[in-house]
Amino acid sequence: AHDGKTVGRLGEGNQNGKLSEIKKKIQSVLPGGAWNPLYNTSHLPPEHSDVVIVGGGVIGLSVAYWLKRLEKRRGAIRVLVVERDHTYSRASTVLSVGGIRQQFSVPENIQLSLFSIEFLRNINEYLAVVDDPPLDIQFNPAGYLLLASEKGAAVMESNVKVQRQEGAKVCLMSPEQLRNKFPWINTEGVALASYGMEHEGWFDPWCLLQGLRRKVQSMGVLFCHGEVTRFVSSSSHAVTTSGEEVTLKRIHEVHVKRDHSLEYQPVECAIVINAAGAWSGQIAELAGVGKGPPGTLQGTRLPVELRKRYVYFWHCPQGPGLETPFVIDASGAYFRREGLGNNYLGGCSPTEEEEPDPGNLEVDHDFFQNKVWPPLAQRVPAFETLKVRNAWAGYYDYNTFDQNGVVGPHPLVVNMYFATGFSGHGLQQAPAVGRAVAEMVLDGHFQTINLSPFLFNRFYLGVKVQEHNII
Amino acid sequence: MAASGARLHLVTPVWNRSTRGIRGLSRAVGPEGSQKKGRSLLQFLADRFYDVQALREYLLRKQVLTVHQKNRFQGKEWIRSNARGHFPLDFVTFQAVPVEAVDASGCAINYQGLDSLLALKELQSLWLQRCPHVDDWCLSRLHPLANSLQELSLAGCPRISERGLACLHHLQNLRRLDISDLPAVSNPGLTQILVEEMLPSCEVLGADWAQGLKSGPEEQSRDTASPIPA
Repeated sequence: AHDGKTVGRLGEGNQNGKLSEIKKKIQSVLPGGAWNPLYNTSHLPPEHSDVVIVGGGVIGLSVAYWLKRLEKRRGAIRVLVVERDHTYSRASTVLSVGGIRQQFSVPENIQLSLFSIEFLRNINEYLAVVDDPPLDIQFNPAGYLLLASEKGAAVMESNVKVQRQEGAKVCLMSPEQLRNKFPWINTEGVALASYGMEHEGWFDPWCLLQGLRRKVQSMGVLFCHGEVTRFVSSSSHAVTTSGEEVTLKRIHEVHVKRDHSLEYQPVECAIVINAAGAWSGQIAELAGVGKGPPGTLQGTRLPVELRKRYVYFWHCPQGPGLETPFVIDASGAYFRREGLGNNYLGGCSPTEEEEPDPGNLEVDHDFFQNKVWPPLAQRVPAFETLKVRNAWAGYYDYNTFDQNGVVGPHPLVVNMYFATGFSGHGLQQAPAVGRAVAEMVLDGHFQTINLSPFLFNRFYLGVKVQEHNII
Repeated sequence: MAASGARLHLVTPVWNRSTRGIRGLSRAVGPEGSQKKGRSLLQFLADRFYDVQALREYLLRKQVLTVHQKNRFQGKEWIRSNARGHFPLDFVTFQAVPVEAVDASGCAINYQGLDSLLALKELQSLWLQRCPHVDDWCLSRLHPLANSLQELSLAGCPRISERGLACLHHLQNLRRLDISDLPAVSNPGLTQILVEEMLPSCEVLGADWAQGLKSGPEEQSRDTASPIPA
């Protein structure tokens, strides 16, 4: 098997170490040694790659797509996507409810979502592969309906103003208008509602994922089924303008280990993209992000954690009809229709105290009984008689700092770019985020949508970009 | 006969007041004129007597025809291009006259092309039959026409599915909707029922409700099986 020891090209290690390394290599090359040049390594990733994307979910694939699409010359960038679970059994992408909306409070989020819906509408122009059938993402353009109580009405109004400025088609409704439009809603406690008329709805995330996968494979992106276990990096010291000493790190190699095996391949790379979703925090730690005294830039960790969220699927024969939008109640409980057969999907985000243990993806049905059903039944009286048919759990790549994405390079680990931390709205921003990260990598700055508020620096500087409309 | 007695009763209201569609008739039937009760009586009669059903169809067609004959371009006939594809020159004099009906059947109109249609604030009748590029996304754009649109025909559009039909809920003034022959709709009978429930004051032409019952058990199991993720 490939030994994987690298000769100290980084200038680290003393002369004795170097000498012994060289001796070991020569010994393995001679007959009888361990090195076999004709060993079949087709199951391993390549030894060199310009960009290594850690994580093959919708964000990682979107970054790969846009890197290949925006490269200046065909074949200029070699991209490798490393995904440890090719069945995507725990990936947030496929366990998602699949909604897309522009009803956010942060303008950048609205812009990201507007571009993503345009991408989805023209998905067969973007992701067309010769001789393959066109994609049908099964988009339901039913819109989102956000309900606000007295307390949240003023915030909702200012949010809608921002949304309209950015170009979203949202209208505000009074409780009376709400009753006229949707007679199945009980408007008690609702002071204001905002309803997205266009560009909002839900779609099939699996189809988007497969479409992206198919397309990036046709563009020449390599896929590797393995897990990133180590980053080999070098450091250099620099002095800032204020005289402070900083240690800059540069990742040179990514060690990709095969599943259920000790075999690993060191992939020499120029850029690493952390799109590992809920596990991005662990990948960042491997790269040395956050290893330093707390309160300094070196000691600032990537605040992305796993959070478990439940989705329940129920049947209610007298439930709301075909026109039902994706309803988000003021209490945080949400639901939407699924299909023609009076089936619904829904859930609720738990409060900080009730956060379930994210160690596994087991579903807690008591949570539905106690926390999801009462607010939904109060809001939609027809839901008092429903029958839960199915339920599953998925992870949020939850940004504990401000529940918004982290995009862009790390200030100290200079060639690691983040594309994670979207806390439940990653799927709907994936196409736009992919393009933004590709622009950052290829041009050094954001070209189309300016995501500078989402850079890593804000964790150190304490500048929160708080998103109010998080489910 | 009881039927003929009821029939006479039904005829008069049509010519007396400008009805808002065939449903206006039913108000004359019930004592309080509650729409649901009146509708069920009419429905009851229409189900049992072919002549009442035929009369209903005739009256609706008559009413629609008066709209069609009088209000094409507010006082003008249908404007059509001649054999060479040119429009008559007096077309340009109509700039200030509101357009009331558009027949874009068979046209290659798409999502961006609808910009021109949505600018017509007084559009009453829109025919998009057999348009190859009209899909669910296009239907989601039709909501600005909600105040005026009364008739919409989507028959034969290959890309429209039941998901796009949900957006027609905004068109509360719609009186006549044609959703027949939509190949992308998975369950035409059930879709028709759901659309009828969604738009209670609209006459929905589409598949016969019994059509969806042909392959009953397979449809049901498909419905509950699909949302479970991989």
